[in-house]
Amino acid sequence: MPLRLLKYAWKSPEDELRFFPEEKPLEKEYDVVIIGGGGHGMACAYYLAKEHGITNVAVLEQGYIGGGNTGRNTTIVRSNYLTSEGVKFYDESLKLFDDLSEDFDLNIFYSTRGHYTLAHTDSAMRTMRWRAEVNKHHGIDSEVVDVETIQKDIPYMDVECNGQHPVMGALYHAPGSVARHDAVAWGYARGAQVRGVEIHQKTQVTDIKTASGKVVGVETNRGFIKAKKVISMVAGSSPRITNMLDIKTPIEVFPLQACVTEPVKPFMNTIVVSGSLHVYVSQSSRGELVMGASVDPAELHSTRSTLDFVEGLTDQMMDLFPFTSRLKIMRQWAGMSDITPDFAPIMGKTQIDGFYLDSGWGTWGFKATPISGKTMAYTVATDTTHELIKPFSLDRFEEFNLVGEKGAASVGH
Amino acid sequence: MKFIDCPPIGRRALSEFVYGGLVKHEPDHESVSETVWAEHVFYRHSHPQIQKEWWYHRPTGMWFFFERDTLTDVIHHVSVATKGYANEA
Repeated sequence: MPLRLLKYAWKSPEDELRFFPEEKPLEKEYDVVIIGGGGHGMACAYYLAKEHGITNVAVLEQGYIGGGNTGRNTTIVRSNYLTSEGVKFYDESLKLFDDLSEDFDLNIFYSTRGHYTLAHTDSAMRTMRWRAEVNKHHGIDSEVVDVETIQKDIPYMDVECNGQHPVMGALYHAPGSVARHDAVAWGYARGAQVRGVEIHQKTQVTDIKTASGKVVGVETNRGFIKAKKVISMVAGSSPRITNMLDIKTPIEVFPLQACVTEPVKPFMNTIVVSGSLHVYVSQSSRGELVMGASVDPAELHSTRSTLDFVEGLTDQMMDLFPFTSRLKIMRQWAGMSDITPDFAPIMGKTQIDGFYLDSGWGTWGFKATPISGKTMAYTVATDTTHELIKPFSLDRFEEFNLVGEKGAASVGH
Repeated sequence: MKFIDCPPIGRRALSEFVYGGLVKHEPDHESVSETVWAEHVFYRHSHPQIQKEWWYHRPTGMWFFFERDTLTDVIHHVSVATKGYANEA
């Protein structure tokens, strides 16, 4: 046995350095308050401290770090979007993801798998060609592939789908990846904290105070905090925050459910999405199949799970991978998706001075974690909207200037 | 499975219904300004609340109004969407 391991075994747990130091009491005032301690909030705090030298920052989280949608997504990272605005934005995010493990000195298990979006109809094939062309124009590795290529890469897939809706081809996106979502939030959080940012868990914002159209602070369950700038990065809770300031948005919250099966031997190295069948699936490094579908049918601010979801998902899954009929579902869960009408986020400044919004992350938020943190930090630090997020402003709707990203959503919603 | 008591058709499974969105009153098409139209189409307060929604019952082809709590998913009141309603589908 190596000596290091032996020494480790005799060490008492108190000798170990905590990943996060114990929380300090709340200060009376901060330069910036970030509401929401998920990936986006932590990334924003990290880049505020690292790139803009703003460290008098508090991240307030009503639950625990990364316990919301950061820990509930299916961890897929890709940039094969449909609009130029989306492609540029998500591609920057992918580039940042690539370096994160080194940046954090923490393994985020970033694993490039390749990503197939299956097409079962002529119209879906047309959308795939469209996406491939937009992607190639921006230098992103996407191409339309035929059924033989898919079958060769994923031999266990029934490309005939039991004769119901045969696969006609797919959009293949080589950079498509998965990452350990919790580690992304933890890495950003630790990076922010060592630079002086304070993270306060179990701290719920109950109101945001303004004076003559300017933010002055937030009311929390632990008392009032003065702040000149407040950023809301709360995804599914966004309408509750914007309601405090009487800001109307086009966001509607729908539960998005996911589940995993028992682990099986590795048989599929790629990520497979089928818009027509409303499923996406990848095999985790533990061997479980991580599966998701479209959002629940009606608006709901809840993370409850339903049997209807599992029934619907597995029904489609068995058409695509018949052998999964013998697999057991181990766990299922739900997150609250803040869906926008054009399936693009809402980011940047608002009509209230000092209040910034990072929301509308629907079913596409995890992959944007690094870039949304970086662009929001820039926007807040300089009070100038970052070039990449200009198309995602809240007032695009009143100008009828939507981003039209629905065709690139992983599954039809 | 969740069941709903609907006055004319009795107790039915929720899976027979299709969600039709929030009940909103459409502004007059001829006189509406672009701002008001954008407001109508897009902007709203969607925090958890009890709201009136359209629900379509597939087997009978009937439209209903549900007053549903979007925090607890409890349906407090059900009524038939009668003819003559401004937004009749």
